Amino acid sequence: MAKRAAPEVNAGSMADIAFLLLIFFLVTTTIASDTGINRKLPPKLPDDITAPKIKEKNLFNVIVNKDNQLLVEDQNMELKDLRQAAIEFLDNGGGTEANNKCNYCRGKKNPESSDNPSKAVISLQNSRETNYGTYIAIQNELMAAYAFLREREAKRLYGMTYKDILQGLKDAKKDSDEEKDFEEKKDAVKKLFPEKLSEAEAKE
Amino acid sequence: MSKFNKGGKKELPAISTASLPDIVFMLLFFFMVATVMRDSTLMIENVLPYADQVEKLENRSLVMYIYAGKPGKEYRKFGTEAKVQLNDKFVSNIKEVQSFVQETRANTPEDQIGKLMAALKVDKNTNMGLIGDVKEQLREVNQLKINYSTKAGDATRNVK
Repeated sequence: MAKRAAPEVNAGSMADIAFLLLIFFLVTTTIASDTGINRKLPPKLPDDITAPKIKEKNLFNVIVNKDNQLLVEDQNMELKDLRQAAIEFLDNGGGTEANNKCNYCRGKKNPESSDNPSKAVISLQNSRETNYGTYIAIQNELMAAYAFLREREAKRLYGMTYKDILQGLKDAKKDSDEEKDFEEKKDAVKKLFPEKLSEAEAKE
Repeated sequence: MSKFNKGGKKELPAISTASLPDIVFMLLFFFMVATVMRDSTLMIENVLPYADQVEKLENRSLVMYIYAGKPGKEYRKFGTEAKVQLNDKFVSNIKEVQSFVQETRANTPEDQIGKLMAALKVDKNTNMGLIGDVKEQLREVNQLKINYSTKAGDATRNVK
């Protein structure tokens, strides 16, 4: 009997099938990269707690009305100037007494503006009709002001950017000395310019 | 007949396409791994605003998405006012945000609940009143970590 080899299966259409699947996945999926501004909401407080008194000079009032116009410290302002104004306010360091002096601030030391960054509070109030895009832009500018100052302090203290510290913390092995080191640096910089952004309830 | 073509007819051998499926499969696997299926159909217009102080959201399983915006073209029958969308449904009562958070928490391993993040995917032409209400509801259930989803870009472009 003659030996007959089994005929080879034709794999020519394999590519077509694979292409079909490939195109299906290409169409139905999105390469998602979610980015955004991280914020923390204030916890719900019991009604009987009264708000702590904040000196007027330690408060930076930002109000947005329903037409998306900005009122900063009772003055009209364009969005592009907000970042610089916030930096000047936070970095002012007008305190003169030992307990509220700020020895790393490089601001104008204006006695009418904030004492030191840990006392300085930015208050943001929006109207219910404010546009979300504008609101995000304002949030972005205020966060940028904090980021700028933290960046500066991180450079001064550790010779590295704040972003590098955060990245290093992420890359470090869990519970390693390296992680602790980055954690300490991050906390130290954060403490110099703590994020104090208070959002008032929207006006009708 | 040209004089160079002496040795009779020599045809070029066909290029072997046997490895084509392998290449295509490789691409296929790449896309299967690198992509995520959309989990809910958007029924709203959702043009995110721009911002440059952004952080990347990691660990998608610990993120709950809250969409808001004006109903899209095919969903105008629900009105033209901006609405909140959770999963595949419009929210008729804003309090549903609370049960949505509770539900997500119930489906999350206990030690991870503290890391849950609420991502607000809001159309840039929405009024802040609606967002304020959503934030109020999130505070009600103590879901304090939030993220305003944005596209990376210059924030001043949000303002016309």
